[in-house]
Amino acid sequence: MTASPTIGVLALQGDVAEHTHMLRDLGARTARVLSAEQLDTVDGLVIPGGESTTMSKLAVRYDLMKPLRERVADGMPVYGTCAGMIMLADRVLGGTADQETVGGIDMTVRRNAFGRQTESFETGVRIDGIGDDPFDAVFIRAPWVESVGPEVAVLGSVTGTDEAGRIVAVRQGGLMATSFHPELTGDTRIHRLFVDIVKGHA
Amino acid sequence: MATNAANTTDNAVGTQRVKRGMAEQLKNGVIMDVVTPEQAKIAEDAGAVAVMALERVPADIRKDGGVARMSDPDMIDGIVEAVSIPVMAKVRIGHFVEAQVLESLGVDFIDESEVLTPADEAYHIDKWAFTVPFVCGATNLGEALRRIAEGAAMIRSKGEAGTGNVVEATRHMRSISGEIRRLGTLDEPELFGAAKELRAPYEIVKEVARLGKLPVPLFSAGGVATPADAALMRQLGAQSVFVGSGIFKSGDPARRADAIVQATLHYEDPAVIARVSRGLGEAMVGINLDELSDSQRYAGRGW
Repeated sequence: MTASPTIGVLALQGDVAEHTHMLRDLGARTARVLSAEQLDTVDGLVIPGGESTTMSKLAVRYDLMKPLRERVADGMPVYGTCAGMIMLADRVLGGTADQETVGGIDMTVRRNAFGRQTESFETGVRIDGIGDDPFDAVFIRAPWVESVGPEVAVLGSVTGTDEAGRIVAVRQGGLMATSFHPELTGDTRIHRLFVDIVKGHA
Repeated sequence: MATNAANTTDNAVGTQRVKRGMAEQLKNGVIMDVVTPEQAKIAEDAGAVAVMALERVPADIRKDGGVARMSDPDMIDGIVEAVSIPVMAKVRIGHFVEAQVLESLGVDFIDESEVLTPADEAYHIDKWAFTVPFVCGATNLGEALRRIAEGAAMIRSKGEAGTGNVVEATRHMRSISGEIRRLGTLDEPELFGAAKELRAPYEIVKEVARLGKLPVPLFSAGGVATPADAALMRQLGAQSVFVGSGIFKSGDPARRADAIVQATLHYEDPAVIARVSRGLGEAMVGINLDELSDSQRYAGRGW
């Protein structure tokens, strides 16, 4: 892998710009991904936060679902936040009837599990592999991981709430997902981990 | 299965970051006005990122006249039940009790809207006092910054709702963007002067000058009726587009909704906009703004 990989941000909907800025600050080249051709040019991909049902519909409509699945099967690293986590889940609960996902992580994700916007919150979460300081995690109508298969490493869970123990960060090989939005904070540790994964260093 | 060690902080709801973060998630999308659960489903199926639950779309508010208020809670509940995407709803300017009611119903975003009849002629709602985030309309930068100072997590152009005429939204987007660019050229003493002229807090003025954009997402609303209108707003700097009467007052709402979603996404690709604009059926009949008296103009509401 090159020293400065190109990391795409799936730009169908959501907070694309925030991920892009964070990746650039870490020295990665970035690209907006809206087509299969653009997807071919990237070494890794971020699927941003947004509305997962909208993102899924648009991915199907623009013939991106199949190429995304093929790249994931070929081992392209992907990091999904919130809606992006749902897109990477093999199984979704609480989605719409026709909601398709890219899949790749052997997990069941419950959509909007933490509730509607008035229940959205921020809290500190310890994340494996980025140091001991808790990550200031922002959860927006967020999903959680209901269960994971044997190949999936749990990187972090919430504690100290009614939802204590709910899994909110996972990794399976080059695929990583968080329920929360590091791109809305100034903390680059999780994005740095992903850039290292893309470079083949982590 | 591994579980991680303790958190150091308690959960904090309704923080600035949680509210603005919600607004960020709605970027690069279309928010559609709906008056029934059936319309809400059509909007969701077309790929709307959120729906605005209303009793009457702005075009009907214009036609019917009278006082326009918050919607019936039954009607909002029906739409919340019908879709899984976020639901927004409108309150009258300054009517903080309507806002308390909507918050208790669990809506995801409140629009303190000039489309409804204002309830307070001096003060907008203190939006910091709420857990739910707010969007407010603005015609220029000073108005936008005053709303942000009051706690708005998103700004939209006011445009002139219910007219199917995009000219006012264009004026407001150009005004806001132009004034932001001008701030970027000013030195420190001049920024104090600008804050005074804009009638907005100096700290926010300085932040906008430094960022070159608002500290919250800027969307567009008011008169968008066609895919090309939506793309125009995006090219003028709107991060998402609200479509009010334009969809469900047109001949084929499902197709138009779909077309506007596509044009909003591919706003820089005229070939896509051309393709989705073909054979859409009748657009809503528009209103020329010089046919409206001052009292029929909503954009002047708010201060």
